[in-house]
Amino acid sequence: MKSSLNPVQDRSSRSRLGKLVLLGFLGAVFLIVALPLTGYLLVGETAAQAQQGATNPLSEYWRGAREGTQGYTAVTAPQANVLITDSGQNWRQIRNGPLATYGAWLMFLVLAILAVLFLVRGRIDIDGGRKGMTVERWKLSDRTLHWFTAVLFILLGITGLSLLYGRAVLMPVMGPEAFAAYAQGAIYVHNYLGLFFGIGLLLMIVKWFRVNIPKGHDLGWFLSGGGMLKGKHPHAGFVNAGEKLLFWTLFFVGGAIVVTGVILLFPVLGQSREVMQISLIIHAVTSILVISFIFGHIYLATVAMKGSMEGMVGGRVDVNWARQHHDLWMKELEEKGVKPQPAADAEPPPKPAEEPRPAAS
Amino acid sequence: MAKMKFLCDAERCIECNGCVTACKNANEVPWGVNRRRVVTLNDGVPGEKSISVACMHCTDAPCAAVCPVDCFYTTADGVVLHDKDLCIGCGYCFYACPFGAPQYPSPQQRVFAVRGKMDKCTFCAGGPEEVGSKAEFDKYGANRLAEGKLPACAEMCATKALLAGDGDMLADIYRKRVMRRAGRPETWGWDKAYGAGV
Ligand code: HEM
Ligand code: SF4
Ligand code: SF4
Repeated sequence: MKSSLNPVQDRSSRSRLGKLVLLGFLGAVFLIVALPLTGYLLVGETAAQAQQGATNPLSEYWRGAREGTQGYTAVTAPQANVLITDSGQNWRQIRNGPLATYGAWLMFLVLAILAVLFLVRGRIDIDGGRKGMTVERWKLSDRTLHWFTAVLFILLGITGLSLLYGRAVLMPVMGPEAFAAYAQGAIYVHNYLGLFFGIGLLLMIVKWFRVNIPKGHDLGWFLSGGGMLKGKHPHAGFVNAGEKLLFWTLFFVGGAIVVTGVILLFPVLGQSREVMQISLIIHAVTSILVISFIFGHIYLATVAMKGSMEGMVGGRVDVNWARQHHDLWMKELEEKGVKPQPAADAEPPPKPAEEPRPAAS
Repeated sequence: MAKMKFLCDAERCIECNGCVTACKNANEVPWGVNRRRVVTLNDGVPGEKSISVACMHCTDAPCAAVCPVDCFYTTADGVVLHDKDLCIGCGYCFYACPFGAPQYPSPQQRVFAVRGKMDKCTFCAGGPEEVGSKAEFDKYGANRLAEGKLPACAEMCATKALLAGDGDMLADIYRKRVMRRAGRPETWGWDKAYGAGV
């Protein structure tokens, strides 16, 4: 349509071309204005549809969106295609509400009970005093495992509780900057050491499984409150029923801490946000349960009973302590002909190379 | 006092992802993070709806409630910001947020525990650093509010589906639109973010 190419152009054809161009231009302007307006036709249609039915189909639509319906999104982050996750609000309310409140009360209550117990019962002496003769109770490998796991547990407990309660308890004292710096350290400690605690717990469970299988006499131990209720000490084997209860608590509840901890540790495993929310609640609840139990464990081992710590520190316990707290085990040792050695502070003769281990472990 | 809000008009959003791109560009958002995203419901089905979503700057912000180091704060404009110097990367805000706004800096690349400082939409209001400083831009992105501008996403939106600004003004604009089109109002996400009755 290039008119300049043809030098012999008559006027009429030239004006026809001008009209065409004008028409084309007007048409384009019309379309530019009109085409977007067709959107209103569609809007009119959806509005009309919405009024016909008894319930507005769109209301279902938005209810769905509020309840976490999945859509399509070009963003490739996990769960980016969900508009609203309601469970986060529940998680917030459970964690900041009952979990934090009752958790604190439980730990506080256990400490208070232990304090009262100590005031009432005091330190319990070894029946008939020390004999000065000892038997081996925990091998070096057992003791190493115990303290490895125990130290990690205490570190994890302190750092974990700092995350849960630090904002309320430590932050007002330390100020936001100092507390944030501490919390950053705490989270590193917690996250890096957590796995080692898991390994320690697993080894413990495997190593001490056999001695912790419940026996008939354990029931009697519970009925007498571990000797707290009745004067006479109940029967107990290598470990008593209370220790077995701790073992099985660690087995199940401690196991849950480790499993949920690992889920939280690696957000890249493909777990959904909901799974992580539930995991954190379980992690915190189980931690608080085990921490409360461990309070009792530490109390009994350190202040409550004379002679208890020695087994886990030096590995050997006084014969009279063993007879008082673990009579069945002591009887077993005697039947096996294990000879007690003089206590370390009584200048022991050189130890025989291999001493038979208690049948228990 | 203004209360800054976002409003996405689902009748207008055409899923062009212009807001997502505008945000990434204006804030130089870290690789792997999208502070804003567009979600299409019933994709490909007649009546599909798209919504652009980012941090809604909640009135009673769940993220702030659960943060162990309490590093969230609400500005005088009602914008919810957090302090990356205090953040310890625990991820609790990411669990609590209804809109999936807070994100680890590089979710696909970090494998082990140290997950870095959380990133999230700032309503283009920078963060707790000197206004307009390099530190502010590097950590939080642009501070357009301080320059008298609105968030880049909303200003970029070609259909004006995504609105950002004072909540009362947004509500007015949106009410007029709804009246004109004789539709039903759907102030998407507002009851969740700002409480019932708004
Ligand atoms: C395998 C072992 C463990 C792993 C992998 C682990 C991991 C975690 C993770 C990932 C979190 C979330 C915060 C964070 O990112 O650090 C957490 C929180 C927590 N952990 Fe652990 N943890 C372990 C063991 C323990 C133990 C033994 C205790 C208690 C004695 C404990 C108590 C807590 C508590 C109280 C919280 C805070 C919960 C809250 O803030 O609501 N954790 N843990
Ligand atoms: S949308 Fe999420 S990140 Fe934004 S204020 Fe609300 S809870 Fe916090
Ligand atoms: S990730 Fe950071 S901002 Fe989010 S809750 Fe944890 S410390 Fe607070």
